[in-house]
Amino acid sequence: MDALATAFGLVFQPYVLLVIGLSALYGLFVGAIPGLTATMATALLVPVTFFMAPVPAVAAIVTATAMAIFSGDIPSALLRMPGTPASAAYTDEAFNLTRKGQAELALGAGLVFSVLGGIFGVLVLIVAAPALAEVALKFSSFEYFWLVMLGFTSAIFIAGNDVLKGCTSMLLGLLISCVGLENPAAAPRYTFGNAELMGGISLIPLMIGMFAVSEVLRFALARIKPVMVVDRPFGNVFAGMWTLIKKYPLQLLRGSALGTVVGALPGAGADIAAWMSYAVSKRFSKEPQKYGTGHVEGIVEAGAANNSALGGAWIPALVFGIPGDSITAIAIGVLYMKNMNPGPMLFVDNPQNIYAVFIVFIVAQLLMLPLGWLAILAAKRILRVPAALLMPLILLFCIVGSFAINNTLFGVVIMGLAGVLAFFMERWGFPVAPTILGVVLGTMLEEHFFSSLVKADGQLWPFFERPIAGALGALVLLIWLWPLGRRLVRLVLRAAG
Amino acid sequence: MRAVDLRVGIALALLAAAVLWSAQAFPVVPGQRLGAGFLPKLVGAGLGLCGLGLVLRSLRGTAYDNLVAAPTTSWRDIASALLILATIAAYIGLADRLGFLLIAPLCLLAVFRVLRVGWGPAMAWALGGTLLVHVMFYKLLRVPLPWGLLRPFY
Repeated sequence: MDALATAFGLVFQPYVLLVIGLSALYGLFVGAIPGLTATMATALLVPVTFFMAPVPAVAAIVTATAMAIFSGDIPSALLRMPGTPASAAYTDEAFNLTRKGQAELALGAGLVFSVLGGIFGVLVLIVAAPALAEVALKFSSFEYFWLVMLGFTSAIFIAGNDVLKGCTSMLLGLLISCVGLENPAAAPRYTFGNAELMGGISLIPLMIGMFAVSEVLRFALARIKPVMVVDRPFGNVFAGMWTLIKKYPLQLLRGSALGTVVGALPGAGADIAAWMSYAVSKRFSKEPQKYGTGHVEGIVEAGAANNSALGGAWIPALVFGIPGDSITAIAIGVLYMKNMNPGPMLFVDNPQNIYAVFIVFIVAQLLMLPLGWLAILAAKRILRVPAALLMPLILLFCIVGSFAINNTLFGVVIMGLAGVLAFFMERWGFPVAPTILGVVLGTMLEEHFFSSLVKADGQLWPFFERPIAGALGALVLLIWLWPLGRRLVRLVLRAAG
Repeated sequence: MRAVDLRVGIALALLAAAVLWSAQAFPVVPGQRLGAGFLPKLVGAGLGLCGLGLVLRSLRGTAYDNLVAAPTTSWRDIASALLILATIAAYIGLADRLGFLLIAPLCLLAVFRVLRVGWGPAMAWALGGTLLVHVMFYKLLRVPLPWGLLRPFY
């Protein structure tokens, strides 16, 4: 109870509340501009959070991302352009509602069900994370090894739609993680005699490059001219929301639950949660023929899913140090910088910080209602800000932010190269999320594999001996062998008849 | 996407060969059969297989397209992207010599012009943006941005 009181004290102080307020406005603005993603918002925030205490630093990230994911719905409804990829699943639905003269319904449903889904995700996080941490306290290197493997497996087989390209992306990330001295033999790998590379590739400039610089390059190649379809003052966006809640309680619950689970899976974040929820919603709807014509049911379910995914993604990030999505991959980097190393011991040693993160999550969701409403009212002004004026400023921010992490221009070099790499990867259909996972988890994979191997005296069987390790290992192998097994079953069935 | 996959597959196979070759030189952990070369070897083998897979898939014409078609881009747009990269390179090369307050507005002006912002607004935003970033990072966050040529006046 003392820890909880301390946590309230840590959050409810003027400085932290100011950080939350400013991050909220920043997140709403960035999310509402098409082409600027929630992940980009987080990557650009990191250099600033570098100079903050742990709680305001995490508060800034949590608040900005939650707001950005919601405000991505605004240009979806008004311009048919998702502000962030998380809104892409139901962009047509929202835009068609607007064309029917029901912009308020589209925006209101986006806001209200984002808040409800977000609160669901946070509640699951609050209940599940400490319970999982208690179990994780008993984990040895064997369990951690299989958890890391499960992370890679889920990012490639579950989150992606092209296993070969997902696998390539992950291996590129692992290759990047090989650079430096941090390996079992402490031998310099791929440092080419450069002292800056001895410590490895700095994660934050890499992230800024992959998520922000690549976006600036993409903008330079495909400039978009938004066209506004609504030129009248908005009515009450909250009108009819209670009716929607009463009409679609199952959709709300299903979207929130699926979003939380997908968010918790490594490599899959809010955008995949929204696509899956939209598909599930249509599949089980009583009126599937109305989907795509401006039907609010899909927005209810997928809108709840993308925000609940945010809370879900923090579960593996806080308990195991395994990111649930690209945003938490960045957040894990920040936690390490702040000496809040993620893992079950964080719940034992620093429970007040964990409770403070939970409180921030709830405050952010509650703030979303009034601030989101204001963002909708200001939407027409925000959307008129030309992206051509923002992109160069974002680039300067990226450069200075990458420099600020270690006060060296080498960070800017990493940022530039990472930007080019991510730009071409996306252009050629290679997903970026598995690369980030590879970079974040590469060292962890090597460390746990080697300490397990030493314990096992070079044998492989002990990797499956402990019950949880065995179950996780079996699950990983099952997912890997599933496509092969399915093909074999088909062959046998065809041969039989 | 098939032609791209073929080229990327070949490039990946070459990268894999280089990784596998370089991994031979890494030392093992004392008392163990494996060492610093283990993960690079695994990654090299994996990249080789993925590269081979992409090549075979594109030759057999079974490429999985998650984009309807490779996006088409004009030479002018490609030049824009290259100019943005050149701006980053110029910042890296000249920041220490010229100093942040001189190189940043030049970089901003270049990128604004690349994105076809008019000269007037571009200059105003370049100066304003530089001052904003300077105040935020140098004054408030105490990041030691380089002074370069302006050092004697500081």
